Amino acid sequence: MTPIIRSCPVLTFLVFQICLIFFTSTLPCSSGSEDSYTITGRVRIPPSNVIGHTAKFSNVKVILNGGQSVTFLRPDGYFTFHKVPAGTHLMEVSARGYFFSPVRVDVSARHHGKVQATLTETRRSLTELVLEPLKEEQYYEVREPFNILSLVKSPMGLMVGFMVVVVFLMPKLMENIDPEEMKQAQEEMRRQGVPSLSSLLPSAVASR
Amino acid sequence: MLSAMWLLPYMILGGIAEALISVAQNEFFYSDQLPNSLSSVATTLSGLGMAAASLVSSWIVTATCRSWITEDIDEGHLDYYYWLMAALSLLNVVYFVWCSNSYDQNSPPSPDLLVSTCRGKHQRYIGKVKHAVFHTQKTGRKRVIVSTEQNVVASLDLRHGEIFWRHVLGTKDAIDGVDIALGKYVITLSSEGSTLRAWNLPDGQMVWETSLHSAQQSKSLLSVPINLKVDKDYPILVFGGGYLHAVSAVDGELIWKKDFTAEGFEVQRVLQTPGSSIVYVLGFIKSSEAVVYQIDSKSGEVVAEKSVVFPGGFSGEISSVSSDKVVVLDSTRSILVTIGFLDGDISFQQTRISDLVEDSGKAEILSPLLTNILAVKVNKRTVFVRVGGEGKLEVVDSLSDETAMSDSLPVADEQEAFASVHHEGSKIHLMVKLVDDLETVLLRESIQMDQHRGRVHKVFINNYIKTDRSNGFRALIVMEDHSLLLLQQGAIVWSREEGLASVTDVTIAELPVEKDGVSVAKVEHTLLDWLQGHVLKLKGTLLLASPEDVAAIQEMRMKSSGRSKLTRDHNGFRKLIIALTRAGKLFALHTGDGRIVWSMLLNSPNKFCERPSGISLYQWQVPHHHAMDENPSVLVVGRCGSDSSAPGVLSFVDVYTGKEISSSDIGHSVVQVMPLPYTDSTEQRLHLIADTNGHVHLYPKTSEALTIFQREFQNVYWYTVEADDGIIRGHAMKSSCSGETADEYCFTTRELWTVVFPSESEKIISTLTRKPNEVVHTQAKVNTDQDLLYKYVSRNLLFVATVSPKGAGEIGSVTPEESALVVYLIDTITGRILHRLSHQGCQGPVHAVFSENWVVYHYFNLRAHKYEVTVVEIYDQSRAENKNVWKLVLGKHNLTAPISSYSRTEVLTKSQSYFFAQSVKSIAVTSTAKGITSKQLLIGTIGDQILALDKRFVDPRRTLNPSQAEKEEGIIPLTDSLPIIPQAYVTHSLKVEGLRGIITAPAKLESTTHVFAYGVDLFYTRLAPSKTYDSLTDDFSYALLLITIVALVAAIYITWVLSEKKELSEKWR
Repeated sequence: MTPIIRSCPVLTFLVFQICLIFFTSTLPCSSGSEDSYTITGRVRIPPSNVIGHTAKFSNVKVILNGGQSVTFLRPDGYFTFHKVPAGTHLMEVSARGYFFSPVRVDVSARHHGKVQATLTETRRSLTELVLEPLKEEQYYEVREPFNILSLVKSPMGLMVGFMVVVVFLMPKLMENIDPEEMKQAQEEMRRQGVPSLSSLLPSAVASR
Repeated sequence: MLSAMWLLPYMILGGIAEALISVAQNEFFYSDQLPNSLSSVATTLSGLGMAAASLVSSWIVTATCRSWITEDIDEGHLDYYYWLMAALSLLNVVYFVWCSNSYDQNSPPSPDLLVSTCRGKHQRYIGKVKHAVFHTQKTGRKRVIVSTEQNVVASLDLRHGEIFWRHVLGTKDAIDGVDIALGKYVITLSSEGSTLRAWNLPDGQMVWETSLHSAQQSKSLLSVPINLKVDKDYPILVFGGGYLHAVSAVDGELIWKKDFTAEGFEVQRVLQTPGSSIVYVLGFIKSSEAVVYQIDSKSGEVVAEKSVVFPGGFSGEISSVSSDKVVVLDSTRSILVTIGFLDGDISFQQTRISDLVEDSGKAEILSPLLTNILAVKVNKRTVFVRVGGEGKLEVVDSLSDETAMSDSLPVADEQEAFASVHHEGSKIHLMVKLVDDLETVLLRESIQMDQHRGRVHKVFINNYIKTDRSNGFRALIVMEDHSLLLLQQGAIVWSREEGLASVTDVTIAELPVEKDGVSVAKVEHTLLDWLQGHVLKLKGTLLLASPEDVAAIQEMRMKSSGRSKLTRDHNGFRKLIIALTRAGKLFALHTGDGRIVWSMLLNSPNKFCERPSGISLYQWQVPHHHAMDENPSVLVVGRCGSDSSAPGVLSFVDVYTGKEISSSDIGHSVVQVMPLPYTDSTEQRLHLIADTNGHVHLYPKTSEALTIFQREFQNVYWYTVEADDGIIRGHAMKSSCSGETADEYCFTTRELWTVVFPSESEKIISTLTRKPNEVVHTQAKVNTDQDLLYKYVSRNLLFVATVSPKGAGEIGSVTPEESALVVYLIDTITGRILHRLSHQGCQGPVHAVFSENWVVYHYFNLRAHKYEVTVVEIYDQSRAENKNVWKLVLGKHNLTAPISSYSRTEVLTKSQSYFFAQSVKSIAVTSTAKGITSKQLLIGTIGDQILALDKRFVDPRRTLNPSQAEKEEGIIPLTDSLPIIPQAYVTHSLKVEGLRGIITAPAKLESTTHVFAYGVDLFYTRLAPSKTYDSLTDDFSYALLLITIVALVAAIYITWVLSEKKELSEKWR
C-alpha cells in the first residue's frame, strides 16, 4: 500500500478529504448514546404561474414519521432532520398548493447513516434527497369557459346539425321530383285547403 | 306574405336551447350534485314539469288565442301568438337567470372572489403566551414576538393584535426561550435546549437551524447578547442537555461547546458583560456547590473557575439581581443566599427570611428579572427585597398575593422600571414603578376587566417615548383564561381569545326560537336600494364587478341572509358551538359569523381548587315538546387537579345566556361519564358517572331520575377499557351502595365479561364506538340483483385496535416482521367478539371512524411503507332470508322485531383496504338529520387540511370491473389507493394549524351538516355531501319569483281580454 500512496500524493489527499467529509458528517451522530444520524434534503418547487400560488418556503413543513418531528425550510430550500435513528422512516412535505409524494427514507446503520430515498407514490427511487411536488393542487374548481365547439360536439348539437341539414337539403330533394307530379300535388292541395296526410296518401296511391 | 323560413331562427334557437338544457339537466341529475337515490326522481320530476307545461300551453291556446289561430292561416294572427310566446319566454329567461344565479355551485370564477365566496370560517390563534419580546425600535411596524404553550412562535402586530406570521412547531418541540438577535432574527430554543432556530423577523422565513447536542435532561437556557454591534459578533449562548454551546447568530454555526455532563453542572445564569467577550457562567453542581466559570465567548476557553460548596443546598430557585449577584433560596426555603461572583470570586451572604418578614413560612422566589430587587412570595404576599451593595437585604415593599409582575425594563436616565398588575374587584390596576425608587409610580392605570378572564398570569411591558418626551408604557398581559391583551393609556387596545387554541371538547347547541314581537332586521329599504342591489349581483355573476362591488355584494349577502342573528332559523344553519378549553373556559361561538356570543370561566365551589380543569362537555338538557320554555343547558365535567383520582366538579351552564345555573363539588372522582338514553320530565338527561372505586353515581340527583333509573336498572350496561393492562371489562348494575355511604344515588356494579388481550403480543392503541345520537335511515341495503343486505346496526359495538408492543412506537422504530395490527369488533353487552381482522406488518397510530354498520380506520403498512385505510362493514345474516324487496316494501318483514345483543346473531363482514397517501390526524364522518344523505369521510390530514372523501370510495363492494348494474348503483371501480382530489378539501386553501379534532352535527335541513374543526386554529363550515338538493341558497330572492309569477298571470289575463275583444269584433263584422 505505501508505495502506491507515495507514488500518488493526489490520491492520498483525496482519500483524506473523503475521510474528512465522512467524519465531519458522522461525528456529531456517533458520539451519542445510540446511533442517530442526520438527514439533509432539499425541497424544490418549480416556479409557478398559477395565480395565488406563490412558492413561499416559509409555509412549507417537512414532517418525519407522521409528526414525530417537524422541520422547516431554509431560504435555499434545504432542510435537516437531526438525531434520526437508523431504520426506515417516512417523510412528508406539507406545502399549500402542492402535492408531494411521501418519501420512504432508509437510514442505514451499517453504512453510517447512508440515506436511501424512494417516493412511495410512484415507487421512484431518488439518487439525492431532492423533493419535488408531484402535482400542483388547485383547491377551487375553475368554471369552464363557454365553448362553441363543445356545444356543437354534444349529442344535442349533433342532432341540431342534422336537423339543419335536413331542413336545407329536403327542399333540394323536392326539386328532383317530376314537375307533373308536383303540379298534381299542388292542385290537390289547393282543392283540399290544408294539406293533410290522409289527403296526400290517396293521391299518391291514385297517381300510381 | 311571409316566408315560412322566418320560423327557422326560432326553430334553431329552440333546438340549441333544447340541446343545452337536456344535456345540462342530465349532467346535473346524474352528477354528484344530487344524491343517487334522487337522480331518477329528479328526472321524472322534470318530465312532470313538461307535462304540466303542455297542459298550460293547451289551455293558453284554447283560452286566449282561439281567434289568432284559424283554419286559414291568412285570416288568423299567428304573429300575435308568437309574440305571446316570446313574451312568456322572456319572462321565463329572467326567472331562469335568477334561479341559476342563486344556485351556489361552490366554484367561484376568479381568484378575487375566492376568499370571499368560501363559506368556511377560519379563526387563527396562537395559544397561551409563554414569552414575549417586543420589537419597537424601528420606526416601521411595531411588533411583539411571542412563543406559546402550543409550540407556536408568532409575530403579532402591536397596534391591532393581528398575526404577521406564525409557525407551529412539532408537538414534541416545546419552546424554551425566544429572543431577538442582531435586530433582524427571532431566535427560538426548543426541544429541551437541543434545537436552535433563527427566523427572519419581517416575514418569518427560517434562516438557519442548528441541532445542539444534548446528553441528559436538564433545564435549558437561552442567552442572546443584548447590545450587539454589527461589527462585533458575540455568540448566542445556549445551555441544554449538559452542554454549553456558543452559536453564531449570523449563520447558526456552532462556535464551541463545553461539556458539563461529567460533573453534573447545571447552568443557572449566563452574564454577558457589555463590551467584553468574557462571560460569567454561574451554575450549581448537585444543588450544593456553586461554580462560576469565566469563559471567553469567542473561543470557549475557560479563563477562570471558582467553586464554593454551600452546605445547606439550594432549592433551585434563583433570581439574578445585578450583573454580578444572584439570590438563591436554600433547600429549606427559609434562607436567602446572595451569591456575588464579581471577577470570578464567589462570596456567600445568608439572610434568614424570618429576619426580613415576620411570621414567615416557606418562601418562593418569583421569576421576574428585576435589577437590584428581588421579589419573594411569603405567606401569600409578595415582598420586594432590595439587595444592597454588600449583599445586604432589606424589605422595601410588599404587595398582595394576586400580583403579576413583569421583568424590569431600562427607561431613560439609566433607570429601570417594572410593571405590576393586581386585581381589585372587577378592575385591574397596572402600575409601573422605578426599580430604584418604589415610591415613584411612573404609571397608574385602572382598567375594567371582564370577570370571566380570571386572574392576570403574566405581564410584559414595553416603553415608548410620547410626543411630550415622557415615557409611555404598554403592557401585554396574559390572563388565566389564556387570553392576551394589550393595555395602553388605560384601555384595552386589543385582545385575543387565545384560550380557543386549546379546545378540549365541543358540543353543538340550538339558539333560542324567534319570539313574536322580535322584529326581523329589514333587509332592503327602498326600491332603489333593492334595484341597486340586484344590479350589483348581476354584475357579480357576469364577472364585471370591481373588488369594491364584490365586497358590497358580500356584505349585502351577509345582511340579507341574517346569518349572524341570535335566533334559530328554519334550516338549522344558525347554531351555537359550545367549546370547552383547557383553561376551563366555556365559549359559545355563533356558526353564522364565528363571533363569541358568550364566554364563561368555570368556578369551583370547592375552596381547595379555585379553577378546575375542564374535561368534557355533555348535552344536559335539550328541551323540546313539553318543556319548551326551559332553556337548554350543558353539563361541564371538570376536575380539581391533574390526577385522575382527583375530585370532580360538575357545572351546569345555560346555553342561551351563558350563566352558570349551578355547580357542585361531587366529592368523588370522575373516570367515565355515560349519558343514558333516558330523560326526566324537564328533559334533563340522566348521566352515570363512574369513579375510581368502581361505583357509579346517578345524576341529576332527583327522586324522579332515581325512579326512572330503577325502572331501567337491569338494562344499563357499561364497559371500561384498561389500555395499559390490555383488558376490556363489561359491567352491569348490581345494587345500591349500601353500608359504605348513605348515598342513594350511588350504585355498585358487577362484572359481566372481560376480554383480555395477551400483553406480550397485543397492546390496545385505539377504541371507538358509534356516536350515540347518530340517525340511521334504513337498515336494509338493496343490492343490484334485488338482493337485500341488512346492516347490523347496534349501539353497543366497540371497535378496538391493538398492535404488537414493539409496533406501538414511531414508524421508523420497527420492522414489518415485528409488528402486527389486529382490530376487533366487540359487543359491549355480552363481550362477544363479532369480528377480528389481523393486518400483518402494520402498525399504528390508528385513526378510526365508526358510523352505522361500518368502521373505517387508517394505519401504517410497514411492508408497503404506505398508509392504508381499511373499511369493515358488518351485516346481519340472521335476517338474510327476507330477501324479497316486495316484502320490505309491503311491510311484511321482521325489521320491527327487537334486536337483542343476547341473541347470537350471525353476522357477515366485508372489508377492503386501500392505500392513502397522507398521514392523518383525525377522521370524522358527516352526520345529517335523517341519515338519508350519502356520507362523506372528513379526513384531517397531516398538512392540517380537511379532505372530504365520499363514502362510496371506501365501499367493500368495489370491484375491479363493476358490472353494468353495479355501475348504475354507483359502485366505483376498485383502485389500489384512495384519490386525493384538491377540490375536495373542505378547507380549500386554508389550514387548520395543529388540527386535533373534527366535530360534525346535523342541521335541520337533511342535506346539510355542520363541520367544526379545532386545533390551534378553529374552522367551521357547512357541508352538503350530496349538495343542497333540498334547498335554495340563502340569498334566493323569493320576491322575484313571486313577481315573475304575478307578471305571468297578468300577461295571460291581458292577452285573454285582448283576444276576447278581438273575437267579439270579428263576430260583429
